[in-house]
Amino acid sequence: MPKRTDIRKILLIGSGPIVIGQACEFDYSGTQACKALREEGFEVVLVNSNPATIMTDPEMADRTYIEPLTPEVLERIIAVERPDALLPTLGGQTGLNLAVALADRGVLERFGVELIGAKIEAIRKAEDRELFKAAMQRIGLELPRSGYARSVEQAREVVRDVGYPAIIRPSFTLGGTGGSIAWNPDELEGAIRWGLQQSPVGQVLVEESVVGWKEFELEVMRDLRDNVVIVCSIENFDPMGVHTGDSITVAPAQTLTDKEYQLMRDAALAIIREIGVETGGSNIQFAVNPADGRLVVIEMNPRVSRSSALASKATGFPIAKIAAKLAAGYALDELRNDITRETPASFEPTIDYCVVKIPRWAFEKFPEADQTLTTQMKSVGEVMAIGRTFKEALQKAVRSLEQDRAGLGLDRPPPDLETLRDRLRVPNPDRLLYLAEAMRRGLTREEIAGLTRIDPWFLAQMEELIAFEEAFRQAPDLSRETLRRAKRLGFSDRRLGELAGRPEAELRQARLAHGIRVTFKVVDTCAAEFVAHTPYLYSTYEEEDEAPPTARPKVVILGSGPNRIGQGIEFDYACVHAAFALREAGVEAIMVNCNPETVSTDYDTSDRLYFEPLTLEDVLNIVEKEQPLGVIVQFGGQTPLKLAVPLERAGVRILGTSPDAIDRAEDRERFADLLRKLGLQQPPNGSARSADEAVRIADTLGYPVLVRPSYVLGGRAMEVVYEEARLREWMRESAHVSPDHPILIDKFLEDALEIDVDALCDGQDVLIGGVMEHIEKAGIHSGDSACALPPYSIGDDQVERLRTQTRALALELGVVGLLNIQFAIKSDTIYVLEVNPRASRTVPFVSKAIGLPLAKLATRVVLGARIAELGVREVSDLPYVSVKEAVFPFVKFPGVDVILGPEMRSTGEVMGIGREFRTAYLKSQLAAGSTLPRGGKAFLSVRNRDKRAIVNIGRNLAEMGFRLVATRGTAKVLERHGLAVDAVHKVAEGWRPNIVDFMKQGEIALVINTPEDGRARKDSYLIRRTAVMQNIPYYTTMDGAQAALEAIEAQRTGVLEVQPLQAYYEGLKT
Amino acid sequence: MPRERAVLALADGRVFEGEPFGARGETVGEVVFNTAMSGYQEVLTDPSYKGQIVCMTYPHIGNTGVNEEDPESRRPWAEGFVVREASPVASSWRATATLDAYLRGHGIVGIQGIDTRALTRHLRDHGAQEGVIATGDVDPRAVVAKAKASPGLLGRDLVKEVTCQAPYAWGESAWRLGEGYTAPPPARFHVVAYDSGIKRNILRQLTAEGCRLTVVPAFASADEVLALAPDGLFLANGPGDPEGVPYLTESVRRLVERGLPTFGICLGHQILALALGARTFKLPFGHHGANHPVKDLGTGRVEITSQNHGFAVDPDSCAAAGLEVTHVNLNDGTCEGLRHRSLPVFAVQYHPEAAPGPHDSHYLFRRFVELLTQSRGR
Ligand SMILES: Nc1ncnc2c1ncn2[C@@H]1O[C@H](COP(=O)(O)OP(=O)(O)O)[C@@H](O)[C@H]1O
Ligand SMILES: Nc1ncnc2c1ncn2[C@@H]1O[C@H](COP(=O)(O)OP(=O)(O)O)[C@@H](O)[C@H]1O
Ligand SMILES: [Mg+2]
Ligand SMILES: [Mg+2]
Repeated sequence: MPKRTDIRKILLIGSGPIVIGQACEFDYSGTQACKALREEGFEVVLVNSNPATIMTDPEMADRTYIEPLTPEVLERIIAVERPDALLPTLGGQTGLNLAVALADRGVLERFGVELIGAKIEAIRKAEDRELFKAAMQRIGLELPRSGYARSVEQAREVVRDVGYPAIIRPSFTLGGTGGSIAWNPDELEGAIRWGLQQSPVGQVLVEESVVGWKEFELEVMRDLRDNVVIVCSIENFDPMGVHTGDSITVAPAQTLTDKEYQLMRDAALAIIREIGVETGGSNIQFAVNPADGRLVVIEMNPRVSRSSALASKATGFPIAKIAAKLAAGYALDELRNDITRETPASFEPTIDYCVVKIPRWAFEKFPEADQTLTTQMKSVGEVMAIGRTFKEALQKAVRSLEQDRAGLGLDRPPPDLETLRDRLRVPNPDRLLYLAEAMRRGLTREEIAGLTRIDPWFLAQMEELIAFEEAFRQAPDLSRETLRRAKRLGFSDRRLGELAGRPEAELRQARLAHGIRVTFKVVDTCAAEFVAHTPYLYSTYEEEDEAPPTARPKVVILGSGPNRIGQGIEFDYACVHAAFALREAGVEAIMVNCNPETVSTDYDTSDRLYFEPLTLEDVLNIVEKEQPLGVIVQFGGQTPLKLAVPLERAGVRILGTSPDAIDRAEDRERFADLLRKLGLQQPPNGSARSADEAVRIADTLGYPVLVRPSYVLGGRAMEVVYEEARLREWMRESAHVSPDHPILIDKFLEDALEIDVDALCDGQDVLIGGVMEHIEKAGIHSGDSACALPPYSIGDDQVERLRTQTRALALELGVVGLLNIQFAIKSDTIYVLEVNPRASRTVPFVSKAIGLPLAKLATRVVLGARIAELGVREVSDLPYVSVKEAVFPFVKFPGVDVILGPEMRSTGEVMGIGREFRTAYLKSQLAAGSTLPRGGKAFLSVRNRDKRAIVNIGRNLAEMGFRLVATRGTAKVLERHGLAVDAVHKVAEGWRPNIVDFMKQGEIALVINTPEDGRARKDSYLIRRTAVMQNIPYYTTMDGAQAALEAIEAQRTGVLEVQPLQAYYEGLKT
Repeated sequence: MPRERAVLALADGRVFEGEPFGARGETVGEVVFNTAMSGYQEVLTDPSYKGQIVCMTYPHIGNTGVNEEDPESRRPWAEGFVVREASPVASSWRATATLDAYLRGHGIVGIQGIDTRALTRHLRDHGAQEGVIATGDVDPRAVVAKAKASPGLLGRDLVKEVTCQAPYAWGESAWRLGEGYTAPPPARFHVVAYDSGIKRNILRQLTAEGCRLTVVPAFASADEVLALAPDGLFLANGPGDPEGVPYLTESVRRLVERGLPTFGICLGHQILALALGARTFKLPFGHHGANHPVKDLGTGRVEITSQNHGFAVDPDSCAAAGLEVTHVNLNDGTCEGLRHRSLPVFAVQYHPEAAPGPHDSHYLFRRFVELLTQSRGR
């Protein structure tokens, strides 16, 4: 059954912005699919709103639409492109839901578009929990007892049968959004309401709890000939009740006998056949009762998923690529296994190592959020580690997390035993460390297993580690025998150093002196049964190293580690480009990274892939073996940048911008000197080592001031402080000052414009990639504010001055490669806020906007090319506008205020492109999930400073036919200006109905609410929270509101035009 | 604390140092690797491993301990067991002991902590070969010498060491969660199974399809079998070189030529081929695992199969023997299934009974029963 010849053009839908539950894994799958389909000669039309993806690179598809992922927009694209087929299973839940929406609207039928991979009936059967349940019963499989509810009353009815705790699971959502556990009748109502609201079809499943059972996943592939294979089994370390996305997971399954495993496999085969997923990968989740092996089905995802990305990386079997080819008509046995080359893809990978995934959370950004892990996913990223044993893989994963942890040490004061037991009982992000601590404190395996329901096998493995640690701590023995054992158990030199009370370097010396060196093994899908041809490697301490370096010139690229807030897919994008550029230049590209979701860890991306933690020890191991020309640290964000100086000290050559230049930009004092030398302005600032000193400095600078601890990155714990009392409070709560770590205090520039500039420098020439004007004023983290390229309000002369300053800074620092500068403009003075001598978060956005692959160009410069030799020139006078908008995870974190500030909290971004600013902005809002209203009631409530400006906005809204609703103060101002407005009560006023009641009743179409600074915010908190929960478009800054207004106008006056990137770029050449 | 030592020495001189587990002592056998990630207890108790030291490529072995339900025969047969790491605990609701205790109890010597991937690669590149595991403070050179001196499998009769001594009836059917082994359904056919090292799950699968089974020793003559008046004949798996058991081949020839419907698995497949005049040969390192893709040439479907064999039937020799190839291994193109052109005879090289491994090929037992049904009609 070879490739289909009756289809020519295939539409692929991406998954949009990075959100919790849907991250780069769908860029990985989508990129593979694009490549696979084009390799087969199909024309690929791609739609995705996320510019930071590799899949939206113009070379990846024939037609690339960076457009909002809404049914209306998709319909328009289908009308223009007339694809023969739509492949809905590679774009995550978003892609799948859109395909369903298009089918429901009759669009697919109208334009004769065939769904390939999974037909609509199959998608419905899998995703609609009610149909799914019926299907499972038909094939004799068990599910937890359950019933469906479309209302609270129905839910109560079901609970009478299933009892408490009850598991609430909405249909058609991702990452468990809207899901929860109701432990008692009080919790039920809220849980149901939320679930119903989150489900696009208003339906939830209320289910018998199997909390504490073992949770497993199987990744299943099927072809049109009905051949089915299991690619990978995954066992959750954290039992049922913690979302798989929030669980530590292990591949392959560890605690099943063959009989039980085969039962599960049989069930998986029966399920994929019954549901009728025709081709490609599906993910099926099971729970197993540890007491008697009873097996129940939890769910099936009829598409590739986060777990299939993990399974691909864990086994070397490229699920998405194969899935795409199967959808195009091939049978599994007609496709070959890329790694072995000689054997076909119709087999089940077998592995001879152990894989551990640990999620990465970002609760430090959301201190108010409940950190309990439950059925709704809360993590923002993950790491994967490969080791020959679980113990080794676990320890490698821990140090991959980028949390400054070298091992299982508890990095906080040890809690008392009762608290400790509590930390074990209630799943939380640090449970792993508490487990280790509990073992140290002598809690028995039985007790720990009882508290956590974690399988005793995992606990026994951890006990071995802790037993070694304790013995080593008491008598640090640096003999060959002990150190070799330690390394084989996966201990890092640093952790051994911590235990022995000696520096890491000493441990390293000691083991090298004993000749204990790392060995590298190949991930080959077949446990060495066949020769592998792809150098996809992991380190371990064994006898044989099976991957000798090649004789070619080579360069190591350090990746960016797990996704987290502040460091996400954008950096992976840059690393991938670096790899492509190296390969194009004939240099062997060696990638080091530990994030299984990414394109960078696809073994196809680089010449050699090391799936390894990004620590000094692990990187040095690789560099010592490979002897590369050098290491590139500037693309992976802060993670590799931090390694620049230690690597250089260890004798490693850093390619591109020198570590000294990096230090000059990062070190506060040296940076100030630099600006002084160039005659550039910086916000007045100082640093303090005590509260009193801080107050003194703030007094000199004048409030408001911006404060931050000196050692944190990504704007963590930054705050704008308006008064002394709050400053003292902040010093107490967040600052953790110490002589080594003073706090930094800046004069906060109020009402300043913020501008980001990305540029490329070869040491002598500078190419400005883009000047981006933020929509929101300075004070809102650059990662969280929307921005426009080209700038939409500042004058050409100002742009020119920004360019000049950028050039001066780049040249003075001697940047070789990329740099990013954040400027603020206040009263026509330009201030330099920050210089990042590396690829920035905006590099992919700028690259897409201007049609130049900045990271690739930078790689060539890093390799020694001059900008003049690159054959490109600065792009000016763009005939269109690109807007970037940030996307936030607030909906997942009840209790968290949505106010933006200098601390970054967005997880992802979208891009809107239009002929003019307002259409681009409109698209960015739609893409970010905010459906701007065409009419209805607009609610306005602004702080005093904004009262003037709200009048205009109110008038515009009224003119467009909106009814104005406002809280008393705002209403008064509007009325005074002759506008008709309904005053409503704030919640705090105590009268019902209040504004929140109206919002909940669906009366409000738009919310503009700028909160007072500081404490007064609490009053309006509920309004903003309700807007998030009710999915009402809301704006918390006047700038955002103003831009939204323009977008609403644009929406009223015309239809949204869609156009592929390739067409936009055509316009550039002429 | 000084740790106990053990070495594994191969006949070509390669030595791996690790730690002992299971019984202490010394053992010799052909070293092979198995790539199945689950089912080590079934592997250990598969009589086909008689004469072999098995290295599991998955590093964590023993996690679920051992239990009373999973043995595929009356005892473990592997000569030795090589793993990266044997689990100190048994975690399963069915477990009755740890793997270590089980091996000790049965006197099976094991070694752990060695670079099993390096060993696997070595066997892949240099072929399966004789090896010795020795525990304690031994001189590796002496151990290598012992490995060199070991006779190897070619031409040896290992079947006689694993076969039963007297005929017996089998009365247990398939395993079900919560019920264990079930009672057989009513029997429609009487099948005689030669025990050349038969795995219990084969018997269970046949029983489940409605066969009443009499298991006879491999040395039972054709006349003894005929005296049982069977409707069909089953040829089992078993250890070693098919050419090592000429007496069995001879009996099979006589029975098959009488038109007795016959189904063979693994060694049985090879014996059948030899009996009909085809040839077998030794594979470099065999197929031992649970993930081998096999294509049924009749249906075009691919099955993921459980495999355990070191010898294979030469497909070029089949036509002259009246045999046609029905199944091929998609990894290396070797012959995985045969059917006779005129006689009611078919066989597969792999293990449709699985245990361990996927159940994709269970249909073959039904196919056998269909054959029996047709033959009875005739
Ligand atoms: N009946 C149940 N009892 C206990 N936990 C459950 C139950 N059903 C689901 N869960 C938990 O909730 C998580 C999320 O449920 P799932 O249906 O997989 O949602 P999603 O579609 O977001 O993946 C699962 O990974 C599991 O840990
Ligand atoms: N002096 C200042 N006045 C006003 N806003 C500032 C000032 N310094 C920083 N900011 C705001 O804080 C944000 C984060 O600060 P920045 O130094 O860029 O931290 P990060 O290292 O996290 O990017 C900036 O994007 C800007 O909006
Ligand atoms: Mg799930
Ligand atoms: Mg910044």
